Amino acid sequence: MPAVQETIDRVRSIDLDQYKYGFETVIEMEKSEKGLSEDVVRFISAKKNEPEWMLQWRLDAYKRWLTMKEPEWARVSYDRVDYDNIYYYAAPKRKGPESLDEIDPEILKTYEKLGIPLREVEVLEGIAPERRVAVDAVFDSVSVATTFKKELEKAGVIFMPISEAIREYPDLVRKYLGSVVPVTDNFFATLNSAVFSDGSFVYIPPGVRCPMELSTYFRINERDTGQFERTLIIADKGSYVSYLEGCTAPKRDDNQLHAAVVELVALDDAEIKYSTVQNWYPGDNEGKGGIYNFVTKRGDCRGARSKISWTQVETGSAITWKYPSCILRGDESRGEFYSIAVSNGMQQVDSGTKMIHLGKNTTSRIISKGISAGRSQNTYRGLVSAHKKAKGARNFTNCDSLLIGDQCGAHTVPYIESKNASAVFEHEATTSKISEEQKFYCQQRGLSEEEATALIVNGFVRDVLQQLPMEFAVEAQKLISISLEGSVG
Amino acid sequence: MAEIANLRSPAEAGLSKLFESARRSFAAEEAISREEAFRFFEATGLPSRRVEAFKYTDLRAAIAEAAPPAEAPSLDAAKAAVGVARGFAGIEAARLTFVNGHLVRELSDLDRIPEGVTVVPMGEALAKGDAALKRLAPVEQARENPVYQLNTAFLADGALITVAPGVKPQTPVHLRFVGTGETPFSTATRVLVQLGADAEFSLLESHEGPNGVTIQPNDALDVVVGERAAFRHTRLNIEGDATIALSTLSLKLETEASVETVNLVTGAVLSRHQIYVHIAGDDTNVVVNGAAMLRAGQLADSTLLADHAAVGGVGREQFKTVIDGDATGVFQGKIIVRQVAQKTDGKMKSDCLLLTDEGQMMNKPELEIFADDVACGHGATCGAPDEDLLFYLMARGLPRAAAQSLLVQAFVGESVEAVTHEGARAALIGEIEAWLKARG
Repeated sequence: MPAVQETIDRVRSIDLDQYKYGFETVIEMEKSEKGLSEDVVRFISAKKNEPEWMLQWRLDAYKRWLTMKEPEWARVSYDRVDYDNIYYYAAPKRKGPESLDEIDPEILKTYEKLGIPLREVEVLEGIAPERRVAVDAVFDSVSVATTFKKELEKAGVIFMPISEAIREYPDLVRKYLGSVVPVTDNFFATLNSAVFSDGSFVYIPPGVRCPMELSTYFRINERDTGQFERTLIIADKGSYVSYLEGCTAPKRDDNQLHAAVVELVALDDAEIKYSTVQNWYPGDNEGKGGIYNFVTKRGDCRGARSKISWTQVETGSAITWKYPSCILRGDESRGEFYSIAVSNGMQQVDSGTKMIHLGKNTTSRIISKGISAGRSQNTYRGLVSAHKKAKGARNFTNCDSLLIGDQCGAHTVPYIESKNASAVFEHEATTSKISEEQKFYCQQRGLSEEEATALIVNGFVRDVLQQLPMEFAVEAQKLISISLEGSVG
Repeated sequence: MAEIANLRSPAEAGLSKLFESARRSFAAEEAISREEAFRFFEATGLPSRRVEAFKYTDLRAAIAEAAPPAEAPSLDAAKAAVGVARGFAGIEAARLTFVNGHLVRELSDLDRIPEGVTVVPMGEALAKGDAALKRLAPVEQARENPVYQLNTAFLADGALITVAPGVKPQTPVHLRFVGTGETPFSTATRVLVQLGADAEFSLLESHEGPNGVTIQPNDALDVVVGERAAFRHTRLNIEGDATIALSTLSLKLETEASVETVNLVTGAVLSRHQIYVHIAGDDTNVVVNGAAMLRAGQLADSTLLADHAAVGGVGREQFKTVIDGDATGVFQGKIIVRQVAQKTDGKMKSDCLLLTDEGQMMNKPELEIFADDVACGHGATCGAPDEDLLFYLMARGLPRAAAQSLLVQAFVGESVEAVTHEGARAALIGEIEAWLKARG
């Protein structure tokens, strides 16, 4: 698994400017006016041909947002976002592709460069059929292509841009949208509720095991735009789905805002596995530019014996503010959080999870690995709580931090709240640097210092990488090594 | 985006009034800046759960009314109160007795202070503007704490204790705080201990008072430990069942200094013990332990901040909480390792035993690390006594209750074991046994 030589070669092959997804696609775009107003909300809703209830929902969110303050409790400092200087909607001008041939070739090229297969045939050629992945590609504010739609339909799985789902399955959307992350949840989620333009919608019918992995690829391209996507995944009774998410953006000198909301609902015996490889542009070495990644992700284990598992590899973004959480409502439900957060340069990460135990015999597991290098700050912030009625709740938390270099910081801020005796919580955290002994041991066997470090880091994050689907794991491993480039020696 | 300003609570308004009237009795020129301290407090108010550091201990809600500062008691009343005081009684020590927050010379051993140790009562020090007053509040972060600032503003009594370099007195000094009376009152005492280089000093501190009276003590202990000096501190809180006890311990360590401080809480309806440790010199060694045994209705908060600002500090912090009835335990610990503090070795642990389903425990162990060559960790656990262990003991013929008591004693005992002073350790164990016996 550790593919060390490959990692090293890869690091070498990339010049000092390590962010390879930093190119920009020149394409004609249609945008809303700059800034946020009721008119802009109406404009977005009209663009999407939304029903009246949806518009009302957005307007309520917008009004609420006006009364809210940007949260300041996270351990990140950044120039505040000028919310009047952002385009809240940007879409490629060519409209409504019926087939891949109608998609603007520039966009197709962009995804090709990113290595995202939009043409189903390519997928078939490249990878064995059982490892096929259905992709929904979101370019700035709209979804440009969704693959394997027909095959998924055969299984009864609904996988489509959420803007289409609002029109085609209004009852489903209305029932679940905002039921996990309420409109009033927090500053960024409320903003998202007002202006979200696209994202993915997934519904897995009872008893269905989704025949392939579903994937969304988010790309911010346009200057001065914010990306506000909204993902809603519903796994009905006894179903299973694995969902992957990837993100990139061009290199720019100014900061761009990404404020997404992801809601997961797992009913009785259902399981959702949600994996993210987040590689937004992190800014340059001096901290100029980069994406502000302010994301609200929450899963609701609503049914008995349901399970939600979050796996994230965070290597990008200038600022990350993200806490994928699980509400363990159903009896015997289970929540998992596996995270690798790598920060280098001037990046700041404040990430973690919440496991809220409400049902009986609920269990959760948190494995968080933070790696700080350069002059970055990396914080784990997490909450584990057991309600009075959550008899027999169990949690195990392990958060380890690794420091590479003496200019960076690694912080842990866990909250552990137990309100009944039968809940058993265990929490452990460690912070250390790469042991000189381990490095010496590896170097003695002929590895260079950089190779030795890569090997040890790979070992450090292995617990989490093992949770990722195979292709993702390989990509994630490469990403980590690239992110840490230049931090050794 | 409107700013929301808190209305002043009756207790806050009461404190302002009390400060105004107390102001007349303060000396005009003092080495402590009461005004500044009170302005600081007024700006923050009594911290509520919206203040992160007081998230689990909402003083604004808990303190309904500000109790007036206590008058010095009559000698007879003081004698009667001290006569029944049990904290560290019987241990050979030089005692400084404070009744209702006032030093009672007749009941203190001011003439039996060990050689090389000087004690100046705070009243005297304030009156003559003792130079040592400038060394109060040795830890910067503590000065940002409203409870600590409130202590400065209302400071009524205490002592300045200086241990000369190289002095290692055999007998400890015992700070005996006893409350007496039937109506609510507040106290504000401050003791400063300065250890010269190579000195070794043991300090015992006990707090107790009557049940059923809302007494509001706010005590502070400031300690500066000189180079290679060793400070040992054992603290016992067996306050009355309606007391709201706030206390702050600030420790500053110079090069190669060592500190051992152990605090056992079984008393008070609400207690908050704040510990600030500032590692200013290299190669220090710190042990901070705490144990709380709580019955229904009690809340005990241990809040610790260990700031490593020098190389090679070793820190061991261990907190044990036993919760019965609907009591609440709070542990908030933060280890900061600054960039200069390479080779820091810090371990912090908070364990909790919940004996009933109604109890709750809030743990918040934090690490904030800016140096790379460190080994830091923290752990937190929470749960009911292990059924397997209970079964093991019961299989050997112990009744269930006795088996549980034994487990609880072993659990709490771990943090009390660190006490070097034999008598003090035995006294703490005695209190643990008494608590378990009362529980039945």
